[in-house]
Amino acid sequence: MQFLSSLLFAIIFFSASFFFANNCKKIYRNINLGGSLDRFGNKKERFLKMSRLAFGQSKMLDKPIVGLLHLIVYVAFILINIELLEIVLDGFTGKHRVLAPFLGAFYNFLIGFFEVLALLVIISVLIFWIRRNILKIKRFVSKDLTGWPKNDADYILFIELLLMMLFLNMNATDSILQNASYSDLYQSYGYFPVSQFLIPIYDGFSLETIYIIERTSWWMHILGILFFLNYLYYSKHLHILLAFPNTYFSNLDKKGKSNNLKSVYHEIKLMIDPSYKIPNDELQNDTKFGASDIFDLNWFQLLSAYTCTECGRCSNDCPATQTGKLLSPRKIMMKTRDRIEDVSRNVDKNKIFVSDGKTLLNDYISKEEIWACTTCNACVESCPIGIDPLSIILDMRRYMVMEESTASNEIHTMMSNIENNGAPWPFNKFDRINWRN
Amino acid sequence: MNVKTFKEYKELGISPDILFWVGCAGSYDDRAKKITKSLINLFNKSGISFGVLGVEESCSGDPAKRAGNEFLFQMQALSNIEVLNSYQVKKIVTACPHCFNTIKNEYPELGGIYEVVHHSQLIDQLINDGKLKIKDDQFNGKKITFHDPCYLGRANGEYYAPRKVIKALRADLKEMKSCKEKAMCCGAGGAQMFKDSEKGNKEINIKRTEEAIETKSNIIAAACPFCNTMLTDGIKSHENHKEVQVKDISELIDKVTD
Repeated sequence: MQFLSSLLFAIIFFSASFFFANNCKKIYRNINLGGSLDRFGNKKERFLKMSRLAFGQSKMLDKPIVGLLHLIVYVAFILINIELLEIVLDGFTGKHRVLAPFLGAFYNFLIGFFEVLALLVIISVLIFWIRRNILKIKRFVSKDLTGWPKNDADYILFIELLLMMLFLNMNATDSILQNASYSDLYQSYGYFPVSQFLIPIYDGFSLETIYIIERTSWWMHILGILFFLNYLYYSKHLHILLAFPNTYFSNLDKKGKSNNLKSVYHEIKLMIDPSYKIPNDELQNDTKFGASDIFDLNWFQLLSAYTCTECGRCSNDCPATQTGKLLSPRKIMMKTRDRIEDVSRNVDKNKIFVSDGKTLLNDYISKEEIWACTTCNACVESCPIGIDPLSIILDMRRYMVMEESTASNEIHTMMSNIENNGAPWPFNKFDRINWRN
Repeated sequence: MNVKTFKEYKELGISPDILFWVGCAGSYDDRAKKITKSLINLFNKSGISFGVLGVEESCSGDPAKRAGNEFLFQMQALSNIEVLNSYQVKKIVTACPHCFNTIKNEYPELGGIYEVVHHSQLIDQLINDGKLKIKDDQFNGKKITFHDPCYLGRANGEYYAPRKVIKALRADLKEMKSCKEKAMCCGAGGAQMFKDSEKGNKEINIKRTEEAIETKSNIIAAACPFCNTMLTDGIKSHENHKEVQVKDISELIDKVTD
């Protein structure tokens, strides 16, 4: 029996790990569908930025109350995972609380500490749920967040709540079994400052029933965690992992600096001087300006699409979203991820990407959205984990203007004025200093 | 106006310390030309050595770049850099945050390396150095709110220079509900100035102007010719608040110095 239980655990554990590793590989493959971008220098500065934003959650604390609640869930998530180590060891060995004899009094402290964290997580998660579903905070109920993304958020809260309740319930029933010296496995280990209050629920239950409840809680807890691990790939919850690389590789330049396209530079140089030599490492066969699909974006932009937590701080601060325009920077990131996923399924099926007649621009993100942006950087500023929706918008404008020439007449007029008069308006360039007279 | 071009100075064998990059708005737009003149007054009052490019100046390329026309941007940038380098320009001041951002951040890779400051930064420095002395208390205790230009604030992290300038007026600086890092855009950036806005339920400049009006200020201080236009239009559309003035910080300082 013991052996079968351990075997079952091993099968489930390795299957879950296998699926998770597979999904990680897929994310890595999909991110690399994007073009190159050098974000590997300045290691120290990058590490500090990651420490501040991802570990320290400095921008989350801009909103102190939710920031603190989020910090609790995050810290608890990391620390309670220490307990997970023991749960996994127990699962393999068929033992119970295998680390307790080695850690002695410190073990009791740890279990007590985890229980307090679990309680804090339950409180935080409940407040989060109330904010989403009862208080209806604007960015959680706005029209750019419907269907799966909206439900996803509630599922996550539900799973987290369930996991913490199972953890406490497991401890409560465990302590009953310990006090009753139910079997050799239930030695007196651990300190249960929170779950002891659950004990009265089981007044009048037989020890056999309590044993079954304890085992069920234990199994459901670990199964829940393994399920959650594999749920990440399909969820905004992926940010718990990707927030770290995303902040590490995020832009270190001034927000106002938009990259200068080297391919354009070389073409202009060639126009001026036909003998100009393009450096060998920058020679490209088919130069496409800007982006119409995910393949034209860079890998960091795709990583950001997977990292986006759909919190809506960007759209909340976006002047276009605020004034009822179709543009929502959150939606730009979400649609980019949708497109990556469609391409990913296509690649899974066909080995390589076979054109499906769709592109990110037009089929996912409309031109109306792209042209509504004021490039004000409010979205970039507000993102707690260094996502830059503006860079995607600009890359799409580049495609529309330089490849398709589909900008509006007004934009074309402005551009031809600059070309002919050196100003966006139709004034004579020789009148430029007339104000002096 | 007492101002010469770099070309005129060159003929006199003089090379000024600072180039005042006037920008397209400052050169052609009637409202922005007043800002240009105020700033030149301030330069003359403080006795600094400066010049302009005049007809040799051309659009920095910012609206083209933000609209996605990288070709046109780089053409503009490269030809401007050629002119600037031919005069061996070291330091540039401009009253336009878009020109400021582009020349400061995007020109260096293309061969244009200069010290670039926004006029709010230079004015702040001139006040600190005692080169501009405030002699009039007409703004004493007056409520003034400051609208952060996106390309000065978020884009380049400068939130304090213009506020220090307003405080030097001994005015009562009132912050809008969104300010500094969180300041709302006026709606002109990203080439929006040159096109109609997309379908929505409100114009961005109207919404931003409402935030300014909520502060009950007498004056909205701007530091960008495009913000100035947007907010001025915003005020015009608010029937009950026509008395609120939109002024560039250089115009405010010009009134109280001599």
